[in-house]
Formats: sequence, structure tokens, C-alpha cells
Amino acid sequence: MGKTILIDPVTRIEGHSKITIQLDERGAVADARFHVTQMRGFEKLVQGRPFHEMPSLMARICGICPVSHLMASAKACDALLAVQIPDAADKLRRIMNLAQIVQSHALSFFYLSAPDLLLGMDADPARRNIVGLLQEKPELARDGIRLRQFGQQTIELLGGRRIHPGWVVPGGVNEPLDAAKRDEILQALPETLALAERTLQWFKPLVENYRKEIRAFANFPSLFVGLVGAQDNLSFYDGALRVMDARGKIIADKIQAEDYAQYIGEAVEPDSYLKSAYYKPFGYPQGIYRVGPLARLNIVSTCETPRANREWAEFRELQRGPVLSSFHYHYARLVEILYALERMELLLADPAILSRHVRAYAAPNNYEGVGMSEAPRGTLIHHYKIDANGLMEWANLIIATGHNNLAMNQGVLQTAQHFVHGERLTDGALNRVEAVIRAYDPCLSCSTHAFGQMPLQVQLVNVKGELLDEKMRG
Amino acid sequence: MKAPLQVTVLQIDGREISAHADQTILQVALENNIWIPTLCHLEGLSDIGACRLCLVEIQGIAKLQPACATRVREGMQVVTRSARLDKYRQSIIELLFAERNHICSVCVVNGHCDLQYLARKLGIEHVHFPYMYPNLPVDASHERFALDQNRCILCTRCVRVCSEVEGAHTWDIKGSGIQSRVITDFDQPWGEAESCTSCGKCVNVCPTGALFQKGKSVAEMAKQRGFLPYLTMMREEETK
Repeated sequence: MGKTILIDPVTRIEGHSKITIQLDERGAVADARFHVTQMRGFEKLVQGRPFHEMPSLMARICGICPVSHLMASAKACDALLAVQIPDAADKLRRIMNLAQIVQSHALSFFYLSAPDLLLGMDADPARRNIVGLLQEKPELARDGIRLRQFGQQTIELLGGRRIHPGWVVPGGVNEPLDAAKRDEILQALPETLALAERTLQWFKPLVENYRKEIRAFANFPSLFVGLVGAQDNLSFYDGALRVMDARGKIIADKIQAEDYAQYIGEAVEPDSYLKSAYYKPFGYPQGIYRVGPLARLNIVSTCETPRANREWAEFRELQRGPVLSSFHYHYARLVEILYALERMELLLADPAILSRHVRAYAAPNNYEGVGMSEAPRGTLIHHYKIDANGLMEWANLIIATGHNNLAMNQGVLQTAQHFVHGERLTDGALNRVEAVIRAYDPCLSCSTHAFGQMPLQVQLVNVKGELLDEKMRG
Repeated sequence: MKAPLQVTVLQIDGREISAHADQTILQVALENNIWIPTLCHLEGLSDIGACRLCLVEIQGIAKLQPACATRVREGMQVVTRSARLDKYRQSIIELLFAERNHICSVCVVNGHCDLQYLARKLGIEHVHFPYMYPNLPVDASHERFALDQNRCILCTRCVRVCSEVEGAHTWDIKGSGIQSRVITDFDQPWGEAESCTSCGKCVNVCPTGALFQKGKSVAEMAKQRGFLPYLTMMREEETK
């Protein structure tokens, strides 16, 4: 008799979801699905609004990554205005975007995932959290808190507030940076760089302890997609899309924002509010790909900045060709934190950053615009259409977690096949299935509404669709 | 110079105050630094007593009276703050919020809005009425300005400034009750309203983000109202 296991809700991710594990006639795992159970409706509710409101409206999609949505949205609006924004505005936006990467990666790594990594997948869930981490390895927890604080403070210094700053506007930013604020950010950088390196040195030897997980944690061939800078470098703010296959061959490159729809399709499944993005030339669902830290480090040829570049080269030694295990998203996040801090330092060192010219003004000159940037969790695409008066007619958003949807399903299936046996759910299996989802750091707030602590729900279902076992945690 | 007027003595909140007999309670209160909440009133425009926020208690009169449209009388005893008045005023503001779609966090006048200011000042934390969520359009057909009906509170400041100060009378109201809407000319798109001089006075007197300059992002629209009493004063000087 076939059975289904349901994990609902999944904890320590941004948003609300559940996992269903389907067993076959023999009781072996046949399929596993990750469902996002609530809808937001942002693409609909913006219709009829003036496009100048879009960055701020879009920032409300998420309290963790408001800055990422601000960037993609502002870039789409720049395309509507058809302006080239002033150089200082471009650099200031980049700095804020990097600060966002630091704070979000620190949240993901230290607050959400480090408890699994440090305390072990089988540790008591009551202890396996940031508080448990503080008791077990207080200096590591403190480093994480400090790194996140630095990212948030930088966002606040630039934009006036930590969450949903209104500073990023179509055409640039609405206030230049003053020297005192620049110096405050610069002063904190040596310390935070040291923290980022210390964490990497702590984490790298630990990877050995997780051989089993690395093998089974969404370790499969897939395409990798992300932005690449003009020098083939890691880039979060600009560049063009690159698609790389599992062997490291570049199969599509230099895809400009406005051409994304030729390459990326979106499928809707009845059991989830999260759209499944796929690589169009390969069709659905064969066009499975991954975005985010792992994908970014796989597709670039350099990190540019010296310290991050060293760590990147070492990271790429993990495997010949692209690194395939989603477990290594964690490692990749740490390399990216280091890169972001180094890059911020370089951008802030340029005296031109204090220029008072930070905004271009224009009436809308295009009726359609696409903005693309790299959010902490992967490529973010905002595509808008407006009428002749500048009112929004249509919007399409492709969120990082949507790109990863097919890969997350695949990852859950692979992990369930390794760790779920029989008709009952063990805590260890539950933890690993949940942890594989967490490796992608999905931000469901972008497609759902999050409230309070995210609990975990897993269901085990048989071939007839009967519920065999269900575990809730919250 | 105005003709000498009879001086009247009245009490506001227990204070003995002297005033000209042709003044309204609101004028006298403002002159004496007594705060009365207002929304439709604006220095330099005629008063219409529409928003009812300036309601005050007058001893001997059971009904509450609008301070902006009630003249002072000898021996009048006025109360501007009481539990009863607070409740009425809070309810008025809450009803305004419930009637249309006021989303401060993404509004062009966030931080510069009269409605938002009053809501905070009157201690409103929740709206106790069900929101109506009407589906209302934005008219962005004008080259420089836009009208968002979602944020209009029907104070008619735009109608009055356009008619009384600019002399164009582009703005008016159509419909009645909850169906009332501000319109330009004969309910044409603003961009096609021939009477509009594009002077922008309506935009600056609007208490909320209903009228705003195009191209402004969230919280960027601060209204400039200093021109109005100045303009009125200068015109009075000229006609003397």
C-alpha cells in the first residue's frame, strides 16, 4: 500500500510551507513535494498604481529582503524612464544591496542553519536554535549577530531605516551619502571582515562531518543560473544572465533583462502557490535549475576581491566542475559574505561616492521595463508594463525561491529516499528533509504571508491518498 | 483697515477670552493657542463645516457645533476637549480610513499627511469599522499631477482653492453620500479639463496624498501651503 508523509509546517525558513512524501505500493518513497500554502497577490494588487510607487510597494513583499525587491523594482522603473542613473546612485544602490546580502546570509547561516550544523541534525529541536547555539558556541553566535547587525545598520545609514527604506527611487536614490555615514560604515568593515573569515575557517573543517548529508542533500545534476558581471565576475546588482549545465558548460550567456522570457518559463502546479520556473529550451519539468549562492559561485570565473577570490577558488576545489550538492549553499553563503564586505570597502573608498548628483529625472519613456538583480537567495526579476500615463497595467515577478522550486522538490525527494523508511516518520528523517529545504534558504514571505514562528508539517501518504503519518512541530 | 468691531468676551475651556464679534470659535481658539482638530478648514479658504472634526460643546446647546462655522457670542462657554468630543473625532477619522484605501506606508505623503497626523494626535490605533476596500481609479492623465481617489477624503479644499483663489473652478463634486467623487470639469480626465490652469494650488492644499505631483515616490510629497494666506492677504490689500 502506497503512503504519503507530510511535513507541515517547515520550520526556520522564511514563510509557511509543508512537505508531502508519497510512498509507493512497496512502501518506498515514490515522490516528495514542497508546497507553499498561502498566496500574496502582489502582481495583481499593483495594477492601476503609479509606477513610482513600485519600489516601495515591492519592498513590502518581504521584511527580510526588502532591499532586493527595491533593487529589481527600481531597475525596472529606470528602464521605464529609459535613463542612465548617476554613477554615485549606482554605487550607493550596490552598497545597500551588498549590505542586504550580508544581513540575509548571516540570518540564514547563523540563526537558521548553524544550529543544525553545530548541534547536529538529530539534536533536540527545543535546543536546535539560535539560543542553543549561544549556549554551545557563544562566540560563533555573537559573530553572526554582529554580521547581521552590520548589514542592517548599513542599510539604515544609507536609507534611513532598516526595513523597507524609501531611499531607492526610480532614477537613482533620493539622498546622497554624507561623509560621516560613510566613515561609520568604513570603520566597521575591518572587524566584520575578520568575523567573516573566522566563520569560514571554523566551517570548512566541519564540512567533513557531513559527508552523508552532502551526498544526499539535493546532490544532483541541474542547470545553474545567475547574473555574471562584465569581467565574468560575481555580481549582485548588474550583469547578464548565464545558464551553465551540470558539467560546467555555458549553454546560454549574456542574456539581458528584457530577454529573460525567451529563456525562463513559469509553470503553475495545483498544489502550491509558488510558481515553478524552468529553462525554456529544455521544457518543463526537465529545465530544472538552481539559483542563489551555490549557482553564483559555480557560474563565475572570479570573485574579483582578493580574500573572497581565494576562498572561492578553494570552494571550487570541492568538486571538478560545478559544485552539485545543495548542502554547499551554506559554504557558498560564507564566501559571499566575505565578498560583499570587501566590495563595500572598495565602493566606499571612492570619493565620488559622496557626489550630490544621485538622481535622474524623466517622464516614462518606455511602456515596458524589466529589472534584474541578485537577491541573497538568487536571481530576482521584476517585469512591468505601464500605460501612457504611467499607471501599472501588468507585473510579473520571478522570485529566487520560484527558480529553485523544482530543485527543492528534487532535493526533498532525494533526501526522503535516503532517510525515510517505513510507514512512520522518525525525527532524524524529518530533520533532514526539513534541513534540505533550509539549505536553499527559501523565502516564502515573497509568495506567502509569514506570522510568528514557522512550524513544521510533514505528511506521509499512501498510493490511495490516505494519510498514514503526520508530524507537526511548532 | 477693517471697521472697528464690537468686542465679545467668551470662555473657551474655562479661559476668559475676548474676541471680535464676527470671528468664529475656531479663529479665536487658534489665536489663543487652543488646538482644535480640523481637516476641511484651511487658512485662506472659505469654511464649509464639512469634516465635523472641529465640533465643540457649547453650554446650553445640546448639539455639538462646528467651531469653523460658528460665530462667537457674548458669554459663550465653549469646551474644545472632552471624552465625548474625543470619541466623535476618533470615529470621524476611523470612518475616513474605512471608507477608502489609505495605505500610509506606501503613500507619497507619508509623514506629511494631515489625516495621518490627526490620527496619531487623536490616539487612533485601530479602525473599529469594517474597511470598504472600494475599487477606485487613479487619474494620471494630467501632465504634471495625478488624482488618487483612494486617498480622497472629500474635504473639498481643492474645489474651494480652485474656485475662490485661482478662479478656474476646475474641481467639483459629483454624486452624493458615499458615492461622492471629486471631478475635473464635467467629469473628464484631468488631462483633458480645459479650465485647468495647471497652477498646482489644489495639489498643495490637499490634506492627503489624493492629489500629488507625478514622479514623486513614497513619502516624497510635502505640500507647500504658505502661499495661501499670503496670496489672500495681498489680494485684500490690492482691493482696498
